[in-house]
Amino acid sequence: MSDATDTGPVLAADGTPLKRSLQRALRAQKLRALALIAPLLIFILVTFIAPIADMLFRSVENQIVSETLPRTVIALKEWDAGTGEAPGEAVFAALAADMKVAVEAKTHTKVAVRLNYQKTGIASLFRKSGRQVKRWDLGADAPFREKFLDIDEDWGDVEVWQTIKTYSSPYTAGYFLNSVDLELGPDGMQAVDEDLAIYRLLFNRTIFMSLVIMGSCVLLGYPIAFLLANLPLRSSNLLMILVLLPFWTSLLVRTSSWKVLLQQQGVINDILVWAGLVDDANRLVMINNQFGTIVAMTHILLPFMILPLYSVMKTIPPSYVRAAKSLGATNWTAFWRVYFPQSVPGIGAGCILVFILAIGYYITPELVGGTDGTFISNRIAYHISRSGNWGLGAALGTILLAVVLVLYWVYDKIVGIDNVSLG
Amino acid sequence: MELPPYATPGQRIWHYGFKVICALIFFFLIAPILVIIPLSFNAEDFFTFTPGMLAFKAEAYSLKHYEDFLTNPDWQQALRNSVQIAPVATILSVSLGTLAAVGLSQPHVPFRRPIMAILISPMIVPLIISAAGMYFFYSRIGLQGTYSGVVLAHAALGIPFVIITVTATLVGFDDSLTRASASLGADPVRTFFKVQMPLILPGVISGGLFAFITSFDEVVVVLFVGSAGQKTLPWQMFTGLREQISPTILAVATILVAISIALLTTVEILRRRSEKLRGMSPG
Repeated sequence: MSDATDTGPVLAADGTPLKRSLQRALRAQKLRALALIAPLLIFILVTFIAPIADMLFRSVENQIVSETLPRTVIALKEWDAGTGEAPGEAVFAALAADMKVAVEAKTHTKVAVRLNYQKTGIASLFRKSGRQVKRWDLGADAPFREKFLDIDEDWGDVEVWQTIKTYSSPYTAGYFLNSVDLELGPDGMQAVDEDLAIYRLLFNRTIFMSLVIMGSCVLLGYPIAFLLANLPLRSSNLLMILVLLPFWTSLLVRTSSWKVLLQQQGVINDILVWAGLVDDANRLVMINNQFGTIVAMTHILLPFMILPLYSVMKTIPPSYVRAAKSLGATNWTAFWRVYFPQSVPGIGAGCILVFILAIGYYITPELVGGTDGTFISNRIAYHISRSGNWGLGAALGTILLAVVLVLYWVYDKIVGIDNVSLG
Repeated sequence: MELPPYATPGQRIWHYGFKVICALIFFFLIAPILVIIPLSFNAEDFFTFTPGMLAFKAEAYSLKHYEDFLTNPDWQQALRNSVQIAPVATILSVSLGTLAAVGLSQPHVPFRRPIMAILISPMIVPLIISAAGMYFFYSRIGLQGTYSGVVLAHAALGIPFVIITVTATLVGFDDSLTRASASLGADPVRTFFKVQMPLILPGVISGGLFAFITSFDEVVVVLFVGSAGQKTLPWQMFTGLREQISPTILAVATILVAISIALLTTVEILRRRSEKLRGMSPG
C-alpha cells in the first residue's frame, strides 16, 4: 500500500461512507423482517391478546353502578353508614330519578344483578321497585323515602345502602377479594360467610390434584423415558409410537374411553367382578370423583412428561454409568449417583409442563370429576356461561393466568421456551 | 439394556421386573385408546363387553353405531361444521405463521424475544382463559357466535405450532441459497417459492397438521366463542358425554383414532424426510 493521504472515512461504491451504508442496509433488513412478522403480530394482537386484556380489564371494571345510578352515588357520598340509619330523603329522591331513567332504558335489572352478587335480595328489591317507580311523577310525588319504604322495607336496611355505596366506584378490587373468599365490608375487607367460601378450597384442590397428577406422571414416565433412551434406535422408535399415539389422539376420545372404562357398569368393574375381587353388589365408584380425574389426567398428560425426559436422557453419555461401574459402583449407586442427577433437568421440565397444563384443565375434570374432582377452571366456566358473574370469572381467570405465567417464566429459565419439542 | 451373562439372580429379577413394569405402563398408555375400538362395534347399547362379544359371536357385533353417526342429523351437522372450520383456520395460521417464521429467522430482528413470546402465547395460556377472554372480547365486537369468530379463534390457537415447527426447520437453512437465487436475478417472491419453500415444506406441512388437529380437536374455545350453529364434532361429543351418553360416541372416537394414526404417520414421515434433507441424521 502506498502512503495513504486520504484519512477520511472508508467509502462504499456509491460514495457514501461505508458505516452509514452498512447501517442503512441493516435497517432495511430489520424493516423487512418486521414487515414479514407484522401481519401475524397484528393478527395475534387482535384475536388473542386483546381478548386477554379485555378479561384483565373486566376483573376490576365496575362502571355499571355509577353509570346507572349516577345521582344516587353522588348523594350517598354524604351518608355515613356508622349512624346505623338508612339515608335521608335526598338520597331517595336521587334514587327515584335514577330508577326512572334506568327503568326506561331497562338497565335497572342489570345493576340489580350486579349488586346481587354482593348481597342477595337486592335483585328482587330493584325489580319490585322498578315496576312502581315507573308510575311515579318526579315533580309531584315527593317525598320518596316513605314511598320506597312502602314498596319494601328493605330500603330501610343499612346493609343494602352500604352495598351500593361500597360498589359505586368505577373500578373495584371486589372481584379479586371474592376470588379468595373475602369481600368488601363496611370496615374494609372481611371474610365471606363460611358456606359461600369455596374459592380457596378450589384453588387448593386444583394445586393439590395437579401435584398428584404431576407426581404420578413422574413415577410412570421415568421408567418409560429411561427404557426409550437406552434401547437401540430401531426398537425405541417403535415403542415411541406407543407414546405418541395417545399424544395425537383427541382429548375427548381419551376422556370418553376413561368414562367407559371407569363407570360402575364399565370394563374395569366387570373384570374385577369376573375375577372375584369385587362383589357384584358393591362395584367400585371410580368416576365422578377425584380418583377418576387423577387417573384420566395422568393418562392424558403422561406424554408431556415422557417427551422432555426422553430428550434429556438421550443426551446423557452412557460411558459415565459404565465408568462408575468400572470403578466399583453397584448398579443402583451408578444410577442414583451418576445417571439420575443428570436426568434432573428433564424431570424439572416435564414437571413444570405437566403442572402448567394440569392446573388449567377444563374438559376432563368437567366430564369425569363429578363435584369433588372439579378444578378452578370449571368454576370460571360456570361463572361465564351460567351464573353470568363475568367479573368474578375474569378475576379467577386472571389469578390462574398469573400463576401459569410465573411457572412459564421459570420453565423458560430452566429449559427455554424455544426448546419446546413437538413429537 | 442387554443382560450380561455374569448377572446375579438379583440383577436378573430386577432386569425382567423393570421390563414388566414398562410393559404395564405402556399398557396403561395404549389400552384405553384401543379398548374403545371393539366396543364401538357392540350390537347392544352397552359400554362394556357383552357375553356374546367375549364369545366372538357374529351377532353380538354390528355397525349400528356407525350407521347412527352417518344418519343422525346432529352428528352430520357437527361433522360438516368441523370440516368447514378446521381447514380454513389451518390455512390462516399456516400462511401468516410461515411468513412470520421466515421473518423471525432473519439474522437481525429487533425485539425478537418479546415478539416470540406474544406469538407463542396462545399455546401457553390455559384454554379456559383464552376461551373466557375471547368470549368477552368477541361479544363486544360482534364475532361471538359466528363462523368467522370460531375460525379466527382457532387460527390464533394453531399459530404457535406453525411458528415452532417452521422456525425449527429454518434453523438448518443455508442463507447463501437465497442470496444465490437473488444474484441470479430472482425477485424475493420467486426466491421464496422456488428456493426456500421446497426446503422448508416438511416443516410447514407438519406445522399445518398440528394447527389442523388443534382446531379439529378443540372444544373449550368453541364452546364459548361458537353458538349452536358452530357445533363441531368435539362439541357434540362433549355434550354427549355430559348429558345422554350414547354408544355412537365410541364409533366417532374410533374414527378419530384412525385419523390420529394417519396424521401421526404423516408427521413422522415428514420429520424424517426433513432431517434427511438437512443432513441432520444419516440414512
